[in-house]
Amino acid sequence: MAKQYETVIGLEVHVELATKTKIFCGCSTAFGGAPNTHTCPVCTGMPGTLPVLNKKVLEYAVAVGLATNCTVTRYGKFDRKNYFYPDNPQNYQISQLYLPICRDGSVEIETEAGKKQVGIHEIHMEEDAGKLIHDEWEDCSLVDYNRSGVPLIEIVSEPDMRNAEEVIAYLEKLRMLIQYLGASDCKLQEGSMRADVNLSVREAGAAEFGTRTEMKNLNSFRAIARAIEGERERQIELIESGQKVVQETRRWDDGKGESYAMRSKEDAQDYRYFPDPDLAPIVISDEWLAEIKAAQPEFRTEKMARYKKEYGIPDYDIEIITGSKHMADLFEETVRLCGEPKKVSNWLMVETLRLLKERGMDPEDICFSPENLAKLIRLVDGKSINGTVAKEVFEIMFEKDIDPEKYVEEKGLETVSDEGALRRAVEEVIAANPKSVEDYRNGKGKAIGFLVGQTMKAMKGKADPGMVNRLLKEML
Amino acid sequence: MANKISDETIEYVGILAKLELSGEEKEAAKADMGRMLDYIDKLGELDTDGVEPMSHVFAVQNVFREDVVTNGDMRADILKNAPGEKDGMFMAPRTFE
Repeated sequence: MAKQYETVIGLEVHVELATKTKIFCGCSTAFGGAPNTHTCPVCTGMPGTLPVLNKKVLEYAVAVGLATNCTVTRYGKFDRKNYFYPDNPQNYQISQLYLPICRDGSVEIETEAGKKQVGIHEIHMEEDAGKLIHDEWEDCSLVDYNRSGVPLIEIVSEPDMRNAEEVIAYLEKLRMLIQYLGASDCKLQEGSMRADVNLSVREAGAAEFGTRTEMKNLNSFRAIARAIEGERERQIELIESGQKVVQETRRWDDGKGESYAMRSKEDAQDYRYFPDPDLAPIVISDEWLAEIKAAQPEFRTEKMARYKKEYGIPDYDIEIITGSKHMADLFEETVRLCGEPKKVSNWLMVETLRLLKERGMDPEDICFSPENLAKLIRLVDGKSINGTVAKEVFEIMFEKDIDPEKYVEEKGLETVSDEGALRRAVEEVIAANPKSVEDYRNGKGKAIGFLVGQTMKAMKGKADPGMVNRLLKEML
Repeated sequence: MANKISDETIEYVGILAKLELSGEEKEAAKADMGRMLDYIDKLGELDTDGVEPMSHVFAVQNVFREDVVTNGDMRADILKNAPGEKDGMFMAPRTFE
């Protein structure tokens, strides 16, 4: 019988924090600036410069630690990780080895197999590196240091996961916690969340772990799942053919569906860590820790329970709306403004989801304000506009967050409820469509639909359909 | 000198430090490093039981900045320090295979 193997997976997740400035200097972290326009002597490693820690970075790191049930290190410091590479202008990365800010946490994940705890070994703070672009023409590398010094936290899990489904559930859980904290937007595609997968296989029931490899360059959940499957197969094949798994860093090529061993940077894994003498130690008092704890938001599980109790909307709607912090905030604020949870939920679940899907956007990208959505709902409630017009206005609001009241007024989209005007339109439609009128009188009830449509058309879609129906029946 | 540095060690340290040393320089570096290790051994003779490891030489803690952008675009000045410049970027030796 073929041997059974178990996959053992641990994750190193890098998360870019949502601060306005870099970790050790006052340069902007804004994305997309022209190369090197967000740099200064500190983040380009000029001699004699002095890094100073961004307080917000520390607070975000502690908040993430609390949300993942970690013990917060009360006396911490930074260390230098030494390596030579042009993306790293100081020739060392400022990181934390000896006293990471958080330790020994866990998060609960849920898969089809049930609930499970995944341990968090540690969370540490560090700085990001610059970006290298290879220049074929000059045969050199060009460096943009805009990302150099952007704050990161690295969340190191215990080797507690056994398959891709658990890995993805774990990443989703982290992403949700961190988004709710506002500590990062956690976008895998854009690199604000990056996952390195440490994977080994062992015969089922074995007590010892096998030799592990580290897989990099995984920028979607799909790539992660494929890389895990590919690496598991590769290691099992090596073992079955009597070869050894070599401990190394591998780069996943999602296009080819295979990985290859990385060279250069990872070759000499001798980082000669030592405490950074430029940065003062960090002491977190009881009061400060209590303050950060008190500022923790309501997380998803609590929010879901409250929505059910407070708003009485369907479970499925709750699941979707709380699946994005931005959507949940938008929902709550709009409900506060207009007091109509079911209607707000409907706009989000139907029209918003449809437009997001059509445009391939994330809920985090929704741009319309709760004020404008509340106004639109009020316009419909007050019968100022009908449902068809509301959908048109919504689509424009989704596009560029216009004020629906002003828009309706400017474009003259208000429902015509002037009975005299409607009566005249109905009379004209009756006169112009004798065939349908006759059909209706001969008992073809459906013919009225056509006449309603004609009247709406004549009124440029702005009539109250209920009133049109009533008048038609009355006059036929 | 009690500590002897092997040829392999000096070769490895050279790789880590990105240094190419001549035979003569290697011998000199081996002697220097041996003397440094002797000094560390001397320190090791001290009784440090019950002494907290020191992580910083100054008696300061919690030196922070607020999260406020204070730097503008200083690319032109920063690039003056670059060994070479192209398209607003630093030119560095080729790093890709």
